[in-house]
Amino acid sequence: MSPAAALATTAAAAPHGFLSPTGVEIAFLLVGLVTFGAALVTVTTRQLVHAALWLVVTLGGLAVEYLLLTAEFIAWMQVLIYVGSVVVLLLFGLMLTKAPIGRSPDADSANRWAALGVAVAAAAALVWVVVDAFRTTWIDLGGAPSGSTKVTGASLFQNWVLPFEALSVLLLAALVGAIVLSRKAKADAAAATTGTPAVPGSRSEKEGVR
Amino acid sequence: MNGALDVGLRLLVVFVVFLTFPLIVGQTEHKVMAHMQGRLGPMYAGGFHGWAQLVADGVKFAQKEDVVPAGADRRVFQLAPAVALLPYLLVLLAIPIGPGEGAVGQVIDAGIFFVLAVMGVGVLGSLMAGWASANKFSLLGGLRTAAQLLAYELPMLLAAASVAMAAGTVSLPGIVDAFEWWWLPWQIVGAIVFFVAGLAELQRPPFDMPVADSEIIFGAYTEYTGLRFALFLLAEYAGIIVLCGLTTVLFLGGWHGPWGAEGLGWVWTLLKTAILAFVVIWLRVTYPRLREDQLQKFSWTLLVPLSLAQIAVTGIVKVVIS
Repeated sequence: MSPAAALATTAAAAPHGFLSPTGVEIAFLLVGLVTFGAALVTVTTRQLVHAALWLVVTLGGLAVEYLLLTAEFIAWMQVLIYVGSVVVLLLFGLMLTKAPIGRSPDADSANRWAALGVAVAAAAALVWVVVDAFRTTWIDLGGAPSGSTKVTGASLFQNWVLPFEALSVLLLAALVGAIVLSRKAKADAAAATTGTPAVPGSRSEKEGVR
Repeated sequence: MNGALDVGLRLLVVFVVFLTFPLIVGQTEHKVMAHMQGRLGPMYAGGFHGWAQLVADGVKFAQKEDVVPAGADRRVFQLAPAVALLPYLLVLLAIPIGPGEGAVGQVIDAGIFFVLAVMGVGVLGSLMAGWASANKFSLLGGLRTAAQLLAYELPMLLAAASVAMAAGTVSLPGIVDAFEWWWLPWQIVGAIVFFVAGLAELQRPPFDMPVADSEIIFGAYTEYTGLRFALFLLAEYAGIIVLCGLTTVLFLGGWHGPWGAEGLGWVWTLLKTAILAFVVIWLRVTYPRLREDQLQKFSWTLLVPLSLAQIAVTGIVKVVIS
């Protein structure tokens, strides 16, 4: 997302004098570079928990980018949901599997080249869409706030109500699905305890691999 | 240049508050606990009723060796106390203590979300400490911290959302501006949910499962010594200040009071915050620790439905009076 956003800035900056960037633009590009670097480290490091912590830096960097684009509400939401909840959930899961201190020998996946291809394709599509959509858009920092809670809320519940509601139904479906899946697993486990005690993929099996 | 001076002065004031208020709460805790348990408490350091006990504690912490366990992840282990402490400093910036621009570190448009988002980041410090210590008790403490945060973040957010609905704004000074005395009975359920969930997020008794010293030594902080341990303790007390300040601002009307609201509004804010801090200490002395499953059950079956009901009530009343 950040290189896409950075490209959008350079594209939009053209009529405003690309060669004499303002402080905000410089800050935007630098934070974008840091975010991009942190994202690279996140996927390349062999230490699982470090990857999760670098993800915090990446997501935090994105929040700063939103702030620099005056989208204050979106920035705090980014921190609240991604850094505060998603990463905590991620760390919780990693701790449950007893993620080792130091390198994990099996941290690399065999299909990382396919993953790289998908990532590059997704990034290219995003860059193309964003550059195409915001080609000549320019945020006037001195003018009326364009990313405050009031403006964001008004546009969300006036112009984008239908996508918003569709998303909430999607999330509800995911929630119900998770509950159904976990209940099924519980019933299976209750049936399995009467038979063989070892559940496939259980903790003892994973520890045996390490 | 005047603007820079103004910003610098505000930062300085917030920083001084950040350094002194937690110590005052700590000293109060010593004394209140001692009185409630019918004992003396620290009486010698400094002469008069042991007022210098915390200073002595600070000197003691500074003298201790800073030990990093051999098996620990060195960098994460050393970084964790800062990650735990700094968010509370940032949150203090956004809490208004009086009316007008002069009585808040920085006016933030989406103040509620800023405050809750940044408070959630502080828990990452405990998680990092728990994992990086290479100690099974620390790991258990970290796990409990994460489970507790996931359970109590939701009711806290919902309670805050209810008050934002009532005020029609998400800015903290805006909410206090809109406050009327009858909000107190209207939002009382939300206030209690917010305060209790905040206590759980701070891991204060009776929600101190993650640091239960009789079960898992001291949870995520077991391996810490000296100044880094002191930073974790400071984070806990700074968290009490932040939670009590936020509850005051969101639910108790901040600088509004029965009389003398002009000019002396900040006294009301500080007074309400101090009373709430006393309640926090009181609860610590009074209630036994909840078990881990009771803790989860308490949140999901009691606090979440209560906060949802509060939102429904807020919505109904809001529609009726408008």
